[in-house]
Amino acid sequence: MDFYRAHVLVCGGTGCTSSGSLTIEEMFTTALAEKGLDKEVKVVKTGCFGLCEAGPICIVYPEGSFYSRVEFKDVERIVDEHLLKGRIVKDLLYVDPANQVTDIQTSISDVNFYKKQKRVVLRNCGVINPEVIEEYIAFDGYKALGKALTEMTPDQVIDTIKASGLRGRGGGGFPTGLKWEFTSKSEGDIKYVACNADEGDPGAFMDRSVLEGDPHAVIEAMAIAAYAIGAKRGYVYIRAEYPIAVKRLGIAIAQAKEMGLLGEDIFGTGFEFDLEIRLGAGAFVCGEETALIASIEGERGMPRPKPPFPAQKGIFGKPTIINNVETYASIPQIIEKGAEWFTSMGTERSPGTKVFALGGKINNTGLVEIPMGTTLREVIYDIGGGIPSGKAFKAVQTGGPSGGCITADHLDTKIDFDTLTALGSMMGSGGMIVVDEDNCMVDFARFFLDFTVDESCGKCVPCREGTKRMLEMLEKITSGSGTLKDLDDLEELAYAIKDSALCGLGQTAPNPVLSTLKYFRDEYEAHVVDKKCPAKMCQDLLQVVIGEGCIGCTACKRVCPVDAITGEVKGQHVIDQTKCIKCGACIPKCPKKVIVKQ
Amino acid sequence: MKSLAELAKIREEALKRVDLRTDRKGTRIVVGMATCGITAGARPVLTALLEEAQKRGLKEVEISQTGCIGVCRLEPIVEVYSEGNEKVTYVEMDEEKAKRVIAEHIVNGNVVTEYTIGAVEK
Repeated sequence: MDFYRAHVLVCGGTGCTSSGSLTIEEMFTTALAEKGLDKEVKVVKTGCFGLCEAGPICIVYPEGSFYSRVEFKDVERIVDEHLLKGRIVKDLLYVDPANQVTDIQTSISDVNFYKKQKRVVLRNCGVINPEVIEEYIAFDGYKALGKALTEMTPDQVIDTIKASGLRGRGGGGFPTGLKWEFTSKSEGDIKYVACNADEGDPGAFMDRSVLEGDPHAVIEAMAIAAYAIGAKRGYVYIRAEYPIAVKRLGIAIAQAKEMGLLGEDIFGTGFEFDLEIRLGAGAFVCGEETALIASIEGERGMPRPKPPFPAQKGIFGKPTIINNVETYASIPQIIEKGAEWFTSMGTERSPGTKVFALGGKINNTGLVEIPMGTTLREVIYDIGGGIPSGKAFKAVQTGGPSGGCITADHLDTKIDFDTLTALGSMMGSGGMIVVDEDNCMVDFARFFLDFTVDESCGKCVPCREGTKRMLEMLEKITSGSGTLKDLDDLEELAYAIKDSALCGLGQTAPNPVLSTLKYFRDEYEAHVVDKKCPAKMCQDLLQVVIGEGCIGCTACKRVCPVDAITGEVKGQHVIDQTKCIKCGACIPKCPKKVIVKQ
Repeated sequence: MKSLAELAKIREEALKRVDLRTDRKGTRIVVGMATCGITAGARPVLTALLEEAQKRGLKEVEISQTGCIGVCRLEPIVEVYSEGNEKVTYVEMDEEKAKRVIAEHIVNGNVVTEYTIGAVEK
């Protein structure tokens, strides 16, 4: 009689059978025979265990290991690890939901992504229903407006904002309290409050999320601002590419009006304020405040020289506050909880928190809010979860097309307005794009410049002509016809444009180029001297080559869209470089993996 | 709005419905419905939750939408706040999973651990 040292029970009930348990049974038998274990381990098909929704079920005795949701690919592993080597395969074990396994985090508050965040601006996002004003009110909404109107004078409101040290979150970082003070001191009966919700930076979606998730925070803040400076009307300039945000803001404004929180005699104090939405029409330049003003006035969105600043002459020539969505979203809590509450977070010169839209080559893409002073390393690795596929970090771009890249040497920098500017980048609106070893920094700069060239309004020569010339040079470089002189010309032109462009778009458009030239000059030189792209991204500098080891299976030849591959069956195949369009379709088809980009 | 007292009254009433403390009564379920959630398919999830809750005649359960919860790549996200418990975050939800959550978690009180953020992230 055979003596078996282990039994593998495979459930043969209907549920498990329909999930393939009979095949699993066969696979166990075969695998055990292959390993020479068939005389020691018996495979038994049993009836239904009862836990059908956790099937296919396999139990291994004598340990009684209860494996659930076993798939075909798991059989080999169970045989190898458990039956041959005696190591139970823990991740296949059944977990009883009733006995809550304490090391699985069931709440988002417990995961690393959230633990280092401090959600102030985003406190209601993901918590309340933005289309129900009562929910905003439940979490202390409009309390700040009530406090400002009934307990504070306009100057006291401005002093509180000044004391809080809040700086503009749209990219400029200008002290908000000062801006409000200038506008308040400007002469005039008619003044305006405006919100810049154009959010044009590629990859940025902080403002969108606030407007989609907590529009009342912005409405309340604008009313407070209007009280502070003596305005009665406000505009929210929001890009048309945000239809959900537009809709939710519209609903919020309507609900606020219905409740008497917008309109006349708010809280019985005689204060009146009303708000209007104006849609953008796809122009990045309208995120620049003077172009935004022009657009609201019905003019073509083009910037104007400053001074005069909007605080003196803004919409329709009247004193105007223009602030970013995120800046506004901080205001109600500052009024309610006080300036010290705000300064208790962040750094000395940049108090409070900042929302970042984390994107690019990073595991946890999404929206994060952190106190200023958190390091880049913490954001990218602790919160962001690091780079996918174990690739090496190369740089992080902050500030979008106006910003610069920051390299690994500076990852321990504490994030705030001044530290990022000192590194040659900037905070910008909060876009944070991570790039890894497979990204070409020259192409990266070219991408941003391509964007700004497209978005240039054309009014001033440095931007209209200059950025285009810079783009042409970059395209020369990435296509293999660049020279070392081009690098010097690029730099010289960049500084010239920065000094002479009319508005922020032109003044900052050269930043990505200057930044990448500074930290990755070797990549630029490889492109112009060696005519090679180290990251293997620039198509024109690459060749797709079939190496040694080709077995002549013709798989690549069949898939080539331009018939660039020649070769006989069982013979070495060759790619004609004059025909090859470098689409890369042949690469994954090769069973021997000998086709490479080089 | 004529007075601060009026606002306070509205706040009190509304808090009863949305209070997120663990000692509140009843259950509140929110579905992330910002652009990230909607593109990932949050609307069918919301509909499935509502239908299933209605089918089972669930009382003291409120299901509503919310904005961006933050982990955009794990959308659709559903969060459950219930009496006496820490909030539970379900990620990568679909209609089938939603129905299961109603059945197992809301009705029977067993968290469906494998759909939670900790399990999916492992």
